[in-house]
Amino acid sequence: MSTAASAGGVSGDLLDAIGSTPMVELRRLAPPGVRLFAKLEGANPTGSVKDRIARAMVLDALASGALHPGQTILEPSSGNTGISLALVGALLGHPVRIVMPDNTTPERAQLLRLYRAEIVFSPGEEGSNGAIRVARELAAADQTLFMPFQYGNPANPRAHEETTGPEILAAVPEVDCFVAGLGTGGTLTGVGRFLKRARPGVRVIAAEPLPGELVQGLRSLEEGFIPPVLDQSVLDDRYLVSNRDAVVGLRGLMRQAGIFAGLSCGAAISVALRVAGEMDHGNVVVLLADGGWKYLSSELWTRDLDELEGELEGSLLW
Amino acid sequence: MSTIRIPPVLRETVGGARTVSASGTTVAELLDDLFAQYPALGTRLTEEGHLSPFVNVYLNDRDVRYRDGLETSVAPDDTLILLPAMAGGAR
Repeated sequence: MSTAASAGGVSGDLLDAIGSTPMVELRRLAPPGVRLFAKLEGANPTGSVKDRIARAMVLDALASGALHPGQTILEPSSGNTGISLALVGALLGHPVRIVMPDNTTPERAQLLRLYRAEIVFSPGEEGSNGAIRVARELAAADQTLFMPFQYGNPANPRAHEETTGPEILAAVPEVDCFVAGLGTGGTLTGVGRFLKRARPGVRVIAAEPLPGELVQGLRSLEEGFIPPVLDQSVLDDRYLVSNRDAVVGLRGLMRQAGIFAGLSCGAAISVALRVAGEMDHGNVVVLLADGGWKYLSSELWTRDLDELEGELEGSLLW
Repeated sequence: MSTIRIPPVLRETVGGARTVSASGTTVAELLDDLFAQYPALGTRLTEEGHLSPFVNVYLNDRDVRYRDGLETSVAPDDTLILLPAMAGGAR
């Protein structure tokens, strides 16, 4: 893909402007002896890392013939992937239908509609699993729909193996530790595979949301779901992060680094700081998956933490 | 005694409790004690003597798979968290 935008040139179109995001050093946040760097994925066209995989999954499907010109794209997403697919679909002439839990922030529905995507809401208490269930039912009932299915599409981790990973290594050649949020597992799997080949011994660490009581609406354990794209062998550690700690991390990013980021970034920085604090020296790279715009209505930066914590129990923000 | 946090989907097997207590010096001992107290929970969480792949086990906030697995040491004030595998959120 072109990196014209990062070189200060002109991109062919918005799809060419995806990736080549900034890497910044967080000097005020890093503990002594350790250098901490943040990859700002909020700088992508729709404001999240998901632009990378939306472009990759759609172009891959067009190339293989799995997706035909003008065919409707259907995808379960609690926000960012849906918005990215809506952009890619709008640019390439594909109608887009997104299945989204009904308890996410209003900005997501607003953006989806701006990109002309159709929204199907799934029960919020079922979380992302509920959106996946509804999307699968819709796809089974209508064979004309194409579902990229980010949770199982190899183009998802491959996009990170081919773009995000090399960008990280080029910016921080001495990277010792990579931290990112665990959603589909695509970022950790793809970046992890690339970095481990290039720098054996690099540690790959997942920050995972501790789900609120109200979004754990599984009826049985077997309704649980391990994303097929997640290669657990690439991970070296996996931390649960509470919503409260994620908000604290988010506020620290804003206050001490001026970075306006989404909730999962607060969780990722929380884990990155903990890992960095256990190191004597070395370089830690944390991937900040999105900007804060889609969370403004939640007032994550300003509201009382206790009050916010209660509300986050029942919502799905990352 | 260590604290075990039980997710909503499994609470019926422990009489509805959010947390229960068990003793042991490793995760395996803790789970043995837990399943002895609540056999229905053991039935739900194990398949042919092995933990179901659909459940993740965390000691405090770290996945035990990336520590010493079931042999990970446990201190009395530790909390064991059982969570069903779930799809990721917003991203």
